[in-house]
Amino acid sequence: MEVSITKAILAAVTTTRDERITGVPVFYAETEEEMVEMSVILSRVMEAVAHDMGNGVYIIVKH
Amino acid sequence: MSKEILTIVTGVVLGTVSRFWMMRRDFRQYPSYPHAVVTHLALGFVAATLGAVAIPALAAKEYTAVTFLALAATQFREVRTMEREMLAALEQSALVSRGPDFIEGIARTFEARNYLVVFVSLAASLATHLFSVIPGVIAGIVAMALVRHFMQGKLIGDVARVRPGRLHFEGANLFVDDIHIMNLGLKETHKVYEEYGRAVVIEPIDDNAREILANVGQRQAIAHEVASLLGVRRDVDTAEFTPLLRRNVKTGRVGMVIVPIEPDMECLLEAVKNVPVLESSFVKPLASKAGYCASD
Repeated sequence: MEVSITKAILAAVTTTRDERITGVPVFYAETEEEMVEMSVILSRVMEAVAHDMGNGVYIIVKH
Repeated sequence: MSKEILTIVTGVVLGTVSRFWMMRRDFRQYPSYPHAVVTHLALGFVAATLGAVAIPALAAKEYTAVTFLALAATQFREVRTMEREMLAALEQSALVSRGPDFIEGIARTFEARNYLVVFVSLAASLATHLFSVIPGVIAGIVAMALVRHFMQGKLIGDVARVRPGRLHFEGANLFVDDIHIMNLGLKETHKVYEEYGRAVVIEPIDDNAREILANVGQRQAIAHEVASLLGVRRDVDTAEFTPLLRRNVKTGRVGMVIVPIEPDMECLLEAVKNVPVLESSFVKPLASKAGYCASD
């Protein structure tokens, strides 16, 4: 049987310099706008979707 | 012309014609023209020949010739594998995939249609052998009509009510009525959904329909069909505009969002209603005692 990963968090984008995010590449933004812009670029480049975690962290998820 | 030849020719012609008739190349343009059509017509011809020679062979007391039909079964299973593999390979380049259930359904249909051709040519050649050519042709046409009638599947419109839904956001979460679809982070994406997005709610009419709509493959088939009819406002790098169908686990209702290129609601509802109910998703819990008494 072929096993493959169908969903994966590729990156996280945040404005809070929070050290709790581990295990994925983290991109730090200075402002909210910058965070959104970075999320757009990352999601387009990775062909993935940006999801809002609701706590100032965006995750880029490959579906 | 000898009777055997006449019998075989009638069976072969009627069988091949029936294969052509069963090939419904509607908007899906599948099998693709011209090569896939030629392939399937040729296989239909082979199937018709196998069915047509069976009666003269039996009449000549060549009983072992019937084992040819077993060969046909193996041959047609190959057709199924061929279709499945090809569609699965093409899946990667489709914007909205068909899903494995739909592919399996298509592959199964292609296999089954060859057996139906054998049935039609068998009926035509039997009648020709017993009577003459005209009754043979009539028997073939009757067999075709029977096949057409009994092989007709159901559509989503037969098992569910399809109505427009209200698309709205709660924070980052996209909803259709009360059905949660997904979390979308970007405001830009929200704007596109609010402006161009369309939502549909599919309400199952009974418990059988509820289980049909619960099938993930069935829902993927709906997304694929609707996207291929109305277009989808996405490209490879905008995965967030993939049409999605999610289910309300309490009511069994299914909500669908799509950002179509053609935003006509009427056409969207029509497209959803005309999606075939897949054979693999078709279940009848109401036909069992437990399923029936649980439905209230």
